[in-house]
Amino acid sequence: MRNPTLAAGLLMATALAAQADTPVLTVYTYDSFVSRWGPGPAVKEAFEAECGCELNFVGAGDGAALLARLQLEGARTEADVVLGLDTNLTARAAETGLFAPHGIEAALDLPVGWDDELFLPYDWGWFAFVHDRERTPEPPASFRELIDSELSIVIQDPRSSTPGLGLLMWVEAAYGDEAPAIWEGLAPRVLTVTAGWSEAYGLFLEGEADMVLSYTTSPAYHLIAEEDDTKAAAAFTEGHYMQIEVAGIVAGSTQRELAQRFMEFMLTDGFQSVIPTTNWMYPAVVPQGGLPEGFETLHRPEVSLLLSAEEAAERRDGALDVWRSALAR
Amino acid sequence: MSGAARLPAETLWRRRLPASLTALALAVAALLLLLNLGALGAVLWRAEPGSAGFRSADWAALRFTLTQAALSALISVALAVPVARALARRRFPGRGVLIVLMGAPFILPSLVAVAGILAIFGRNGLANQALAWLGHGGFSIYGLQGVLVAHVFFNLPLATRLILQGWARVPAEHLRLAAALGFDGRAQWRHIEGPMLRQVVPGALAVVFLICLSSFAVALVLGGGPRATTLELAIFQAFRFDFDLGRAALLALVQAVLGLLALLALARFSLPMMALGGLDRPVPPPPGGLGRAVDALAITLAAAFLLLPLVMVVLRGLPHLMGLPAPVWASVGQSLKVAGLSVLLLAAMSAGLGLAALWARRAAPWAEGLGMSALLASPMVIGTGLFIMAFPLINPAQLALPVTALVNAAMALPFALRAMLPALRQAEADFARLSASLGLGMGAHLRLVLWPRLRRPAGFALGLGAALSMGDLGVIMLFAQTGGETLPMQLHRLMGAYRTQDAAGAALLLLMLSLGAFVLLERLIGGKEPRHAGT
Repeated sequence: MRNPTLAAGLLMATALAAQADTPVLTVYTYDSFVSRWGPGPAVKEAFEAECGCELNFVGAGDGAALLARLQLEGARTEADVVLGLDTNLTARAAETGLFAPHGIEAALDLPVGWDDELFLPYDWGWFAFVHDRERTPEPPASFRELIDSELSIVIQDPRSSTPGLGLLMWVEAAYGDEAPAIWEGLAPRVLTVTAGWSEAYGLFLEGEADMVLSYTTSPAYHLIAEEDDTKAAAAFTEGHYMQIEVAGIVAGSTQRELAQRFMEFMLTDGFQSVIPTTNWMYPAVVPQGGLPEGFETLHRPEVSLLLSAEEAAERRDGALDVWRSALAR
Repeated sequence: MSGAARLPAETLWRRRLPASLTALALAVAALLLLLNLGALGAVLWRAEPGSAGFRSADWAALRFTLTQAALSALISVALAVPVARALARRRFPGRGVLIVLMGAPFILPSLVAVAGILAIFGRNGLANQALAWLGHGGFSIYGLQGVLVAHVFFNLPLATRLILQGWARVPAEHLRLAAALGFDGRAQWRHIEGPMLRQVVPGALAVVFLICLSSFAVALVLGGGPRATTLELAIFQAFRFDFDLGRAALLALVQAVLGLLALLALARFSLPMMALGGLDRPVPPPPGGLGRAVDALAITLAAAFLLLPLVMVVLRGLPHLMGLPAPVWASVGQSLKVAGLSVLLLAAMSAGLGLAALWARRAAPWAEGLGMSALLASPMVIGTGLFIMAFPLINPAQLALPVTALVNAAMALPFALRAMLPALRQAEADFARLSASLGLGMGAHLRLVLWPRLRRPAGFALGLGAALSMGDLGVIMLFAQTGGETLPMQLHRLMGAYRTQDAAGAALLLLMLSLGAFVLLERLIGGKEPRHAGT
């Protein structure tokens, strides 16, 4: 070729043209969703196989950072779908006015009813204190038993971590006006507070603390991926607070139809069957093959606690003050 | 520096900053102002009006931030003095390797370092196990003591290196003369070591104080809970929990003012550099006897404190290093790119501001001040501010690499200037007149006079910059793109996906890369054999 620059230019132009033919759906999500060990890669492959489009995941920190990023970008955001908010964030997310109704009626396998025109669940779990059966053969069966025990726990800071905020709401939902007393009782049990989930879980695995705030599904990772059945979630008689993770369509999306298709796809097996062993949560719709082997060993609480999005938003600041003053002593 | 020698003929030998370097210095200054004020301004601009306010909890955060940063700086530097003194005076096999390894904690990503510290001092750590085995009760690291242990662990190495360079600049002639005059330890302290320390210690204090000012994840986890809330955590909360940009900017401003006040206070304290004419000869042998035992103790204790947690990181990671999944290896390339670009930027920045601080007339103190306070704004605010500025213009993902490299270079600039400026000034004080009287041009002066004396601190500074950039997990998280992950990001993701063992392997890989980059650059730029005594 006599003119390599021209050739390269032509090649690029054809590549761009080919790209322009394929619509691109941009989905903002949290970082661990897009990671190689998260659901992202398998979901991308499955959706692209049927949509004739390119699915572009953009990872942005965790759930709270994801919403903050969307707020920073405002109406000019590139996002078509936001995936990874939880019920503690949806009130704030709805307030931004950036989301459009999804219009999907689906039968969901959730322990609670779901009725939200903006946000659709894709997975869920129960918060729980995880312990090591060998180190702690008889775990406490309630917050009050935990308070009376000699055990140490690691929790996450509600200001920087979604499970940390979940625990705040758990105590709120279970104890209401008694929450301050519960937190004062728990304070001596709290070894330390971490900024994020992974640091807390790491401390627990290193044997620094007897229990860690995580999910009832955490032991499934150790069982399935590591063939280690020593980890278990302590069953609390008060019931367990739920985390429901949701996605929503961005109102300003230029790919509304594709976004809608993605939301529908989200509740099919192509997406849902990936969830249990990548996100280590319960799928919002149990796939045809059922849950993976090992999930039947997990504790399934009889009582599921969940504050409505509005209530959670309303009680958040007061609960945080209670938490801070009890633990700051 | 004009205190060097007020000869009437000063103007004859004192060089002027050439136009090209003036332009470089101005560009760097503009970039740093954009990073700090621009980012802060952008955040304020996006804020809802009238939302900001200082809450009662913020006062507690302010108090805690000040206390921990001040104590961390004082303890780190107080411990660094005997360690640096011992390392400066003694020669033993493996000394060079020990100095390099003892520098490692500073360049470790904080999460990795915390894991190492807890493996030794944690509830289930070696120290508590040993105490239990001896029949003693254990101790708890969680609390202010834990924050201080971690911050001293990070910063003792840096403080030691900075002070060690001070010792290295004491001309051998002074020590020989002191020996010939029969100076005892106290006299030597009063006439030689004391004045030297007053030149370097305030700077070291300032650097450590500034680093600890924006600590938050480490302070929180080792501080044992919300007692250990720092301003940076409050900023984080304002962003993420409340999305209150006005409050975040206000808190960031308070934090920056604290840093600025500390810098100004310490600058007043420090003695200016003096001409210490010497001929770069080796030092006379140090005293034996008690002095020897004290030095040995200082080195042993510091090495144990700094190296044991590192050993734990290595031991935990080693079995999982070879089996690391492919994406982890792939991220190494991205990390190398970021670190490489960051080092180039750091070299340009420190050359511009360093030489401006040396030769610019009235602007010299400004150049120095700006460089020393390169990143006064909170990292969280800088990242967000840059995002706000960049977003309307360009897809932020495309900026991930250059922005991360730029912020990393600015992060390392204060350390780089602390290391390079004294050497530059010393060289200028010692040889500028000679160079001028020989009629050396600017190029020859840079090459023959300044560079040989600058290359060791420059090697140290750029090596540090590379290592810091390699381990940094800051702004890239905001700008990140799928496929462009750096190694610290992958490490973070492994931890977030329950993969603790792979994370341990990745942590070791990161440690090796950071340390490798540091050693490589220090050797490559600094030269193999020290021409001068000391570092």
